[in-house]
Amino acid sequence: MPDLFPQPGGDGGAGSKPARVVDRAGLDAVIRSLQSRGYRTVGPTVRDRAISLAEISGVADLPQGWHDSQSPGSYRLTPGADLEIFGWAVGADSVKRQLLPPREVVWRAGAQDLVPHEEPAAGLAPLALVGVRPCEVAALGILDRVLGGGRVTDPRYASRREGLFICTVECGSPASTCFCTSMGTGPGAESGFDLAMTEIVEEDDPRYLVRVGSDRGAAVLDEVESQPATLRDEAARQEVLARARTRMGHGVVTEGLPELLERNLENPRWDQVASRCLSCGNCTQVCPTCFCVSVEDITDLAGTVERRRRWASCFEVGHSYIHGGAVRPTTRSRYRQWATHKLGTWHAQFGTSGCVGCGRCIAWCPVGIDLREEVSAIRASDGMRALAPRPGGG
Amino acid sequence: MALAAEAVPEVRHPLTPLRYRVVGKRRETEDTVTLSLLPLDGPIAMTKPGQFNMLTAFGVGEVAISISNDPAADEPLEHTIRAVGAVSSALCQTPPGGAVGVRGPFGTDWGVADLGQSDAIVVAGGIGLAPLRGAIRALLERRRPTGKSHLLSVVVGARNPSQLLFEEEMLAWQRAGAHLQVTVDTARPGWSGPVGVVTDQLARAPVDFATAAALVCGPEVMIRYTARTLFDLGMPRDHIRISLERNMQCGVGLCGHCQLGPWLICRDGPVFTYDLEAEAILASRQR
Ligand SMILES: Cc1cc2nc3c(=O)[nH]c(=O)nc-3n(C[C@H](O)[C@H](O)[C@H](O)COP(=O)(O)OP(=O)(O)OC[C@H]3O[C@@H](n4cnc5c(N)ncnc54)[C@H](O)[C@@H]3O)c2cc1C
Ligand code: SF4
Ligand code: SF4
Ligand code: FES
Repeated sequence: MPDLFPQPGGDGGAGSKPARVVDRAGLDAVIRSLQSRGYRTVGPTVRDRAISLAEISGVADLPQGWHDSQSPGSYRLTPGADLEIFGWAVGADSVKRQLLPPREVVWRAGAQDLVPHEEPAAGLAPLALVGVRPCEVAALGILDRVLGGGRVTDPRYASRREGLFICTVECGSPASTCFCTSMGTGPGAESGFDLAMTEIVEEDDPRYLVRVGSDRGAAVLDEVESQPATLRDEAARQEVLARARTRMGHGVVTEGLPELLERNLENPRWDQVASRCLSCGNCTQVCPTCFCVSVEDITDLAGTVERRRRWASCFEVGHSYIHGGAVRPTTRSRYRQWATHKLGTWHAQFGTSGCVGCGRCIAWCPVGIDLREEVSAIRASDGMRALAPRPGGG
Repeated sequence: MALAAEAVPEVRHPLTPLRYRVVGKRRETEDTVTLSLLPLDGPIAMTKPGQFNMLTAFGVGEVAISISNDPAADEPLEHTIRAVGAVSSALCQTPPGGAVGVRGPFGTDWGVADLGQSDAIVVAGGIGLAPLRGAIRALLERRRPTGKSHLLSVVVGARNPSQLLFEEEMLAWQRAGAHLQVTVDTARPGWSGPVGVVTDQLARAPVDFATAAALVCGPEVMIRYTARTLFDLGMPRDHIRISLERNMQCGVGLCGHCQLGPWLICRDGPVFTYDLEAEAILASRQR
């Protein structure tokens, strides 16, 4: 898959430059170096007892000692006294919010002349993401294709994306809800980054093995005190990734998945999941690749017209509304749309899966619906049809 | 309203419309009007019959509306709009001289140019005749009856006679050589034409189904049955073109609202070939 927004000078994979090792102070120096280059640095922080992306000024703002436990319908973050900084899996917040804000004013027009004047977009200053997981980098790759790979691109997404500096941290602490290995997006980072770190926690202070993915990544690392990575460091990295793979929850069998779903649109399992699903849309809000937006025009008392764009969800009844009623009026049709889009028709539309296996939709579903289980239930009952045709279909 | 021309910025956000002035307004039926529009600040790109624009009623909202004339003709852009809700009503109520916003053109077109000299049958239900009007005009331009057969057959269905669009113009199509069949779901006193669904009319259309091409637009059920009937009458699938409709918020593949299975209707349609895949997709309910 070609990179739509390649990191400048990146070779798509690490290895052109030998890896280095930095300590906690070196990690701090990386953040400071990015700031001195004019980047706004954003990374994981603790907010409302969840890992959340926010502006960071240095390593002290990172969630040191915090650990999570996640399961279907449940997310818990607890503090600890240890020095591990990246000892957690993703929270509800994702990189999506940084590049595709939940709400945006596109233009305003005066009541008299109705000339639309575009509102300057927020967040166009160069951004550096520090400490985001490989699944997040993969999610960006998917958004790149959706919002930047078609005939018409979202210009604001594209400008935020073009300048983006990515320092990813490989995953050593997946949750039981994670399944990046089966989606091929983690726990290691292969491409799409400027710097990729692996946190190695042994008896002493954590150290960070750093691989370079681009020229600007190399320039930043050059400014920081670092040691060449030893064979022992490399082995420790492999151990982190191997441990992550075994700690991961069960996965999804992706082979032939789009075809499986396409021939199971009438599988009775959709009725079964619909009886549990609340149609709340939490899953779409937390999903890092769900890109649906609605466009709304509003007039204030002075007659000024404003066009807004906001995150939308295919679980809203109005999402599919056409004159005469919603195309997908039932929870069954809406859950089916969501799941078959993510894992199936996304391929036809954008040439990639719509799921990176981050598990957010599983942990943040109030009733604990597990996408992986729904898929395996469909696979197990492949070919079964609903008993009666649905009434009211259009 | 003070509507002076404004310089248009080089690069616009895809959700920013251009202002057009309403220079003509024709009432078609009780709830449907045709607006003639000329650019105030600058024109959108050249359009083809079957494509659509996103029209803004300023302060109310924006909806997808097909281009209803043949944009190749030297005349203002025309949109035929049925008032069914807030935005379409506001558009219909825009007075001559007022401004609407236009973004477009979007989507695939009827592909009239590649129909060559083969017979064509146009099947429309309700407001579905609007996106076909430009195609009919283009088809009449391109082909004159040879005397052998009617090269263009137009089959129109409406709920009742008062809902018929472009009545006078239909007579002009007939004079220009089109074969015309009009049917209504419910007759009114004075209606002498057929009563019933369009599919009942198809077999009587004087076209060679084996070689003809069809353009179909209307409610989705009507499209499904029409396409299937044409296929059963011997028309090859790849000669049947249908135009589909979904909720649309952007027109440019960025909002996700217009999905239908593997398609984004605004990007991959609205005009599709009725192939096996399309038939299967239309067969699944609530998709
Ligand atoms: C490709 C395309 C071409 C169309 N061409 C025409 C045309 O030439 N003439 C015409 O009269 N109508 C056409 N329509 C239908 C027209 O877009 C709807 O009638 C219109 O959106 C209704 O909006 P409203 O706000 O007036 O109605 P409401 O019922 O108040 O709708 C609220 C919102 O729902 C959505 N919506 C409602 N109905 C539809 C619908 N049928 N299709 C898509 N979105 C809908 C819109 O986002 C709308 O703003 C077309 C639709 C599509 C997708
Ligand atoms: S569908 Fe669920 S697991 Fe997949 S990317 Fe979205 S939130 Fe993550
Ligand atoms: S699957 Fe869960 S999170 Fe998604 S809409 Fe249903 S109840 Fe809400
Ligand atoms: S209308 Fe927005 S994606 Fe098609």
